[in-house]
Amino acid sequence: MAPTSRTILICSGKGGVGKTTLTANLGIALARLGLRTVVLDADFGLRNLDLLLGLENRIVFTAQEVLAESCRLEQALVKHKQEPNLALLPAGNPRMLEWLKPEDMKTIAGMLEEQFDYVLIDCPAGIEDGFKNAVAAAKEAIVITTPEVSAVRDADRVIGLLNTHGVKPVQLVLNRVRPKMMANQEMLAVDDVTDILALPLLGLVLEDEQVIVSTNRGEPLTLNGSKSPAARAYGNVARRLQGEEVALIDPSKEGRGLRAKVRRLMQKKIF
Amino acid sequence: MTLRDILDKLLRRQPASANTARERLQLVLAHDRSDLSPELLDQMRREIFEVVARYVEIDLDEGDVSLETEDRVTALVANLPIRRPLAVASGATGDE
Repeated sequence: MAPTSRTILICSGKGGVGKTTLTANLGIALARLGLRTVVLDADFGLRNLDLLLGLENRIVFTAQEVLAESCRLEQALVKHKQEPNLALLPAGNPRMLEWLKPEDMKTIAGMLEEQFDYVLIDCPAGIEDGFKNAVAAAKEAIVITTPEVSAVRDADRVIGLLNTHGVKPVQLVLNRVRPKMMANQEMLAVDDVTDILALPLLGLVLEDEQVIVSTNRGEPLTLNGSKSPAARAYGNVARRLQGEEVALIDPSKEGRGLRAKVRRLMQKKIF
Repeated sequence: MTLRDILDKLLRRQPASANTARERLQLVLAHDRSDLSPELLDQMRREIFEVVARYVEIDLDEGDVSLETEDRVTALVANLPIRRPLAVASGATGDE
């Protein structure tokens, strides 16, 4: 095993909150810091990690063939052309779900830990078998959620399960933050979410249209050193994982104009 | 009270939704975490009142049994104002 290898599960409970986008961007960001990183798609039913990384046409073998020992691990790993420190281990056929066991995921993770500094596991949505398989392989976890009641509630369920499985540390990434709505108190505040879930905040990602653009292209934002807010946030998550102290952005300071000033005045407690 | 709260009141606008979201979440999570449905909690509440009422006279209108959560720990919190001890109860505790 690489002496400092870290296996991190990226999960959320609810679907569509940004698990796969975080996995892809964090994978690239860590690789750019010079760390050997592999992203493992554990969403066998609805795999998408290959698509976000732009690697969908380069898949020959998958985790399925590796487990069946019909190919070597090296043959299944897809190396990213622009960022050679990053590799993808693609999810197999959805029919794998019929026989896949938590032990199998442990086996795969064990193989990857020998070669990589970071193993990021993109967890399927939900808390059923797919989640149970993925969590078995994880040592630590990042829970990603958005400031919406349904996403926070589902995140809470997942955190409970992670605790039961002895996964730690568990850290939080709050995604799709809209500073304007937060300032108008029409969105749960950052503190509301961290208080309720009682997790340390690893990252704060603002709502950013560039995420969709980058997904269209299959080029994660962190790949080309984009300066967009989400790209910076993902890069900061990577640096914090590496132990660097990087200050979190303050959503209430995002607006500088007169409007933002008036908004802050309106929120000030006067009695 | 903020300027915004005052404006909301003056204009009879709905208050901002973030507070509502937080309160609803805290309630639903207390139930999720304890695995108690509102019906079961209600039943438990009634039974607790019954047991306590055997010993002391409690103010049912003011009393409350609810789940509260802080730092992922959920507690059952009972607040049962006592009107006065029942005669039976003081008998049961022996001579005083």
